[in-house]
Amino acid sequence: MALQISFWILAVVAVVAALAVVFLRNVFRAAFALIMSFLAIAGLYITLSADFLAVVQILVYVGAISILIILAVMLTRELHQGNPSNNLELPALIVVLLFLAAGVWIVLATNWKVSAVPPVAPTTSALAQALFGGGGFLLAVEISVVLLLAAVIGAIVLVREK
Amino acid sequence: MMLESYALSSIGSALKPLPADWPGGFWWHWLVFTIIAILFVLLMVLFFTYFERRAMGRLQARLGPNRCGPFGVIQPIMDAIKALTKEDIVPYNADKVVHWLAPAVAFVPVLLVFVVVPFSNGAMLADLNVGILFVVAISSLSALGIVMAGWGSNNKYSLISAMRAVAAVVSYEIPVVLSIASVVLLAGSMSLNDIVLAQNIPFILMQPLAFLIFFIGASAEINRSPFDLLEADSEIVAGFHTEYSGMKFALFYLVEYAEALLLSVLITTLFLSGWRGPLLPPWLWFLIKVVAVFFVLVWVRTTLPRARIDQLMALAWKFLFPLSVINLVITAIEVLAWPGGVPWPMLFVNIGIMAVLIVSWSRLFKFGWGRVKVEA
Repeated sequence: MALQISFWILAVVAVVAALAVVFLRNVFRAAFALIMSFLAIAGLYITLSADFLAVVQILVYVGAISILIILAVMLTRELHQGNPSNNLELPALIVVLLFLAAGVWIVLATNWKVSAVPPVAPTTSALAQALFGGGGFLLAVEISVVLLLAAVIGAIVLVREK
Repeated sequence: MMLESYALSSIGSALKPLPADWPGGFWWHWLVFTIIAILFVLLMVLFFTYFERRAMGRLQARLGPNRCGPFGVIQPIMDAIKALTKEDIVPYNADKVVHWLAPAVAFVPVLLVFVVVPFSNGAMLADLNVGILFVVAISSLSALGIVMAGWGSNNKYSLISAMRAVAAVVSYEIPVVLSIASVVLLAGSMSLNDIVLAQNIPFILMQPLAFLIFFIGASAEINRSPFDLLEADSEIVAGFHTEYSGMKFALFYLVEYAEALLLSVLITTLFLSGWRGPLLPPWLWFLIKVVAVFFVLVWVRTTLPRARIDQLMALAWKFLFPLSVINLVITAIEVLAWPGGVPWPMLFVNIGIMAVLIVSWSRLFKFGWGRVKVEA
């Protein structure tokens, strides 16, 4: 019961904040609406007993990515007016509608299975075993690390003083 | 010998953990510990403002506030009343909503972190399995409040200050988290209560380098002097709270001291074996250690000159970051070599490694580095 109430509160907050991101003209406020949405999704992870994922969601998305977005917004000029208008509105509308239709169709057509197994209580060690233990996803983790390192080095090379 | 007797006596006085729903029932537990946490933060902040001004006075060979009540103890209450009765001024061109929300956004995360702090064995609002990660994640939200204040004020000095705050938080997060990671490796748990229970020898001895990195990095993250260059009077007016007055300014003041309290509490819990200690009750040990750490903060503030913004960044990326990575690797090797727990004589090795690393690394820096020469 309490779980249901918190799910609905968090879901409504997440959706309303996401709509605000799209409809607010002030980009700075839109960034904060995005943070609100991230926080609500972290709350949803907690209701799904994924505590580690929830905390990492706050750490990475709210603590790091949103800060980067806000920094980028601060370097933007004349953001009170929002985007300058151009003639891409119709193509954008068509693409978005197609994407929405595809998303809704996928959600409705999938046969969602509910697992009968109770959730793992401390998820941290189970996650660590899955990621770094024998037969886990160690290779995938290492590949993503190399990818991120390449991105960092690329960024440094791009902005390096001659 | 002394270390062994310390470990024995601390085990002797270790109480049985409080049950997770003390004193009876989920809601009672929630109510009691919420009140304890809020009262702890507010009373300690009142005490800290008084303590800091008195201690700074003494360290600078002057008296400090001594007029209100005996030894000036009523001074913080008078300051609070003064702040409450002042006029609240909002700049005409400010982003009103953001300006109004910013102090609250800065304060709530700091208060939230005290949810996972153990005041005694198991005496905490929630013994989270991801405790210390929760602390790191939530406390980084405070930067959002500072950015909102800097932006909402519509003042260029506030905005510059907010940018500096973000740069400091983003850079110092990395060495701080890496030094916390080496503590977590040693303790084998992220729950703050388990980290305290794992400290038969305080981790300040087992992880001296991690302690120093955490102390410096966290001081920089909460903008304490000598890293207070984003709100110091001589730098950019008053930084992000230039345009704040009355109660909203008082709230930022509260955030500043609540963050200093948070730093003291975290160092106590992570490195000074938290509530553990011989003879005295656990909560009293906890308070004594917190005040002692805060005194060191005040001492540092009155002793060291302020850093420049480029020095702030260079210290994080060129000094603290490599040392914290090396420390993490060494700790990982030690934990792998002794899976049953690292033996206490290793603390001499760790202290030696710390001394060698700091001395050799600081040879890469010299006085006046980063000075900009202006050609005439």
